[in-house]
Amino acid sequence: MRLPLPWQARLLARKVGGMVEGMVEDALPRPKPAGFEFRGEALSTTLHGQTLLVTLHHEPCNEIGQTALSELEIVARLLSHPGDQVRAAIFHSSVERGFCAGADLRELHAGMSAKAGEGGGKLAIAAAAREFIDRIHAAFDAIDMAPITTIGVLHGFCFGGGFELALCCDVLIAEKSTRFAFPELRLGLVPGFGGIPRLKRDIGNAVIRDILFTGRSINAKKAQEVGLVSQVVPRGRGLEVAEKLAEQAARFDGPTTAAAKRFTKPLPKEELARERDLFIELLGSDVVEAALRKFVESDDVRPYLP
Amino acid sequence: MTAAQNLVPRLLELAARRFDQDTSGLAPEDDLFEKLGIDSYQAMELLTDLEEEFEVEIPDYEIQGVNTFGGLAEVISRRL
Repeated sequence: MRLPLPWQARLLARKVGGMVEGMVEDALPRPKPAGFEFRGEALSTTLHGQTLLVTLHHEPCNEIGQTALSELEIVARLLSHPGDQVRAAIFHSSVERGFCAGADLRELHAGMSAKAGEGGGKLAIAAAAREFIDRIHAAFDAIDMAPITTIGVLHGFCFGGGFELALCCDVLIAEKSTRFAFPELRLGLVPGFGGIPRLKRDIGNAVIRDILFTGRSINAKKAQEVGLVSQVVPRGRGLEVAEKLAEQAARFDGPTTAAAKRFTKPLPKEELARERDLFIELLGSDVVEAALRKFVESDDVRPYLP
Repeated sequence: MTAAQNLVPRLLELAARRFDQDTSGLAPEDDLFEKLGIDSYQAMELLTDLEEEFEVEIPDYEIQGVNTFGGLAEVISRRL
């Protein structure tokens, strides 16, 4: 299928740095939040009553690269120690196209190309990727285990790393426009931000294999049917519904909520570690380099499919 | 008339409504991406609308390479 003016292609000219390269240098400035109010390049946080609103606002669709990771680490730190002020958190996107389209593959490709150009070879790429993956797992795990109720409000694209970020939340509210997909196999990879172990907490392996092995997307209704999403709401109504849910959750005793969460949503540590290893192992293959290059150069309307 | 041909009017009406176009300007043999001028996000929206309207699941890979309204109707008819 053809796309007259692919939004993906417009990214090509503006990429700077590289996901992998950036991790080795680890020299990016870390914006410091003032209390719970923070405004970054990829996201912002604001305190509404006792609810921390985390707004992803990076065009075209909140791709997760170095910048987004640094800012998600700030959110992770806030949520790890919410104190008495914050009793719930809502993750949502103000970008029209969706919640999050996943990892910034162009940044990843640029970083890997830069490493290859430096003559570091696959070992250098793997070392840098390991550092990035470890950081993102630490941030996602902290969000996952935050001792408060977390709500994901989803619409449009909820793909790959974006899907994995959503899966860190306790409750998912999907607007009807939401589509979920794990397109990683198309790239010669498995989801690397903890997606499958987290998804296995909630839904059956048969459905996981279907979406993983085909790369197909499922809509919000299907996601609710399989137990991934708890509420499906009309377009544009997700945030309003989430705020009411957050207010309700905040009425309960905080330590009790935290204990209930530890009980019902344990972190699948062993599987997460195995996933990290598998992702790094696969990242070194020639298949990935070729697939990333094809993705970057693609003008297909559905570039995530082979 | 085939089952797919029967679906075309509903499909055209849905596409026209979603993308604010006149149904009379759409034909089964039209390239839907060119005719509707849609991008990847809008293609996703259309897919979601089709699944809701016809109460079917349409795996993305089944419509890969399908460019016309008529072709789309064929895929949907096989799922009904």
